[in-house]
Amino acid sequence: MKLIALETATEACSAALYSDGETLERYSVQPRGHADLILGMVDELLSEAGLRLRELDALAFGRGPGAFTGVRIAVGVIQGLAFGADLPVVPVSTLQALAQGAFREQGHGRVLAAIDARMGEVYWGAFTEGPSGLLEPAGEEGVFRPEAVPLPTGSDWFGAGSGWNTYPKVLARHPGRDILHDGERLPRARDIAALAIPMIERGEGLPAEKALPVYLRDQVVRKPA
Amino acid sequence: MRVLGIETSCDETGVALYDTEQGLLGHVLHSQVPMHAEYGGVVPELASRDHVRKVVPLARKLLADSGVTLDSIDGVAYTAGPGLVGALLVGAAVGRSLAFALGVPAVAVNHMEGHLLAPMLESDPPEFPFVALLVSGGHTQLVQVEGVGRYRMLGQSLDDAAGEAFDKTAKLIGLGYPGGPALARAAERGDVSRFRFPRPMTDRPGLDFSFSGLKTFALNTIHQHRDDPNAGADVAAAFQLAVVETLAIKCRRALQQTGLTRLVVAGGVSANVHLRERLERLAEDQGGRVYYPRPELCTDNGAMIAYAGALRLQAGQHEPLSFTARPRWPMDELSPL
Repeated sequence: MKLIALETATEACSAALYSDGETLERYSVQPRGHADLILGMVDELLSEAGLRLRELDALAFGRGPGAFTGVRIAVGVIQGLAFGADLPVVPVSTLQALAQGAFREQGHGRVLAAIDARMGEVYWGAFTEGPSGLLEPAGEEGVFRPEAVPLPTGSDWFGAGSGWNTYPKVLARHPGRDILHDGERLPRARDIAALAIPMIERGEGLPAEKALPVYLRDQVVRKPA
Repeated sequence: MRVLGIETSCDETGVALYDTEQGLLGHVLHSQVPMHAEYGGVVPELASRDHVRKVVPLARKLLADSGVTLDSIDGVAYTAGPGLVGALLVGAAVGRSLAFALGVPAVAVNHMEGHLLAPMLESDPPEFPFVALLVSGGHTQLVQVEGVGRYRMLGQSLDDAAGEAFDKTAKLIGLGYPGGPALARAAERGDVSRFRFPRPMTDRPGLDFSFSGLKTFALNTIHQHRDDPNAGADVAAAFQLAVVETLAIKCRRALQQTGLTRLVVAGGVSANVHLRERLERLAEDQGGRVYYPRPELCTDNGAMIAYAGALRLQAGQHEPLSFTARPRWPMDELSPL
């Protein structure tokens, strides 16, 4: 199995190449630099692995939620690459990748991922460790005001993502419970790749034009009265 | 050289194939106009969201319709500006990445250069040098064109573009959005001699335009005659005449100032019948000629991007392994070929 994964939905821009058990990654935190960086990262990874784009089995991407323009950079690049090289695409949740990173690096198996969505809201999702050693969704993702997030019951949850940096007190509002969190954590392409592998194995690859964003915030304009 | 062109700068998604030997092989367009109409204007975020759904399906349709395979494409051109930044980024991301995947060069095209060169796609194209009037919902510019990439800005609108003034005035008359073409239809029923609108900035030298005052004039006139059911059509007729006359006066000045005889008119407003008649009369008086793209290439389209891109790719121009959107990109910053 060989694939390339991209994640550009937050201020972090990253690309990963997974090839038969090995993962190479390029990662850079450079707000507004994603369009400059991302294709160069892909090119470097392919050279380093000695692979051509057409030798891959699939392409994966962080489908959001996140910054609208950022999400569309990964989507647009994936569409162009998949269309040109005739490869299937696999969309992966940016929130799930964020949670997966907290599991991979810090061993947290129950993660509340929150990305600052601006306008007083957060993108929110709860994820728990599944039988495959990957985090799986434990409920629907959504965009919420921080005081309205559906905090799940039970203990041992760990918070990850910029939402925890912006609203540390509100998100951990349940009395008597102090949710540890890492508000600096950003989603990375290597976790997009890890989450994509079983999807590709299950034959869930889509054609290029089905590489589409999931914004969660769909009310972006008010109709005139 | 065969080039795929992608246009996503505003509210139309366009994809086209141009071959330097065989000419235009095909072009397809998806207009978002009905989607934005509900909001009374283009909503940038909705425009971006629609482009990202449409570019690849349109490209597939184009290839199928024209019987061309992706492997035969030698380059990809995409609009990088001017326009809406988020919308531009969609076409740039897909276009640049598609070129990378195909192992062919990509080139970023200036949308206004695309419009300006669109008449070159016709069977009887203008020769350089010429004066170009670019007149659309987003722009009103007079440009002296010596060759590809050799542009001198002669004048431009200091406020609303001519097409924008058409749309805003149509809204005041109650013709909805975008009402430019509806206003032109209403003007046919109107009495053009009843009201006299000013010809902005024609009483002083220079080639700049200002159209926002006409909209205010229209508003006041409608208010003064609000009980008259014919006032709307009469205002439409007087407004249209004022815009056409103003554009014609400036075009005549531009031709006289540059000593040129050929006038190229492109952009959405160049479809206006009265403007065409007026400019043709003007060019005749000056011993010259007017050139237009065919109507479907007057508005935004992929064909003009594929064509301008092909010229630049043929000259060896190409982009690094990155892409940029340039919401403002003055044409006189382009490199000459």
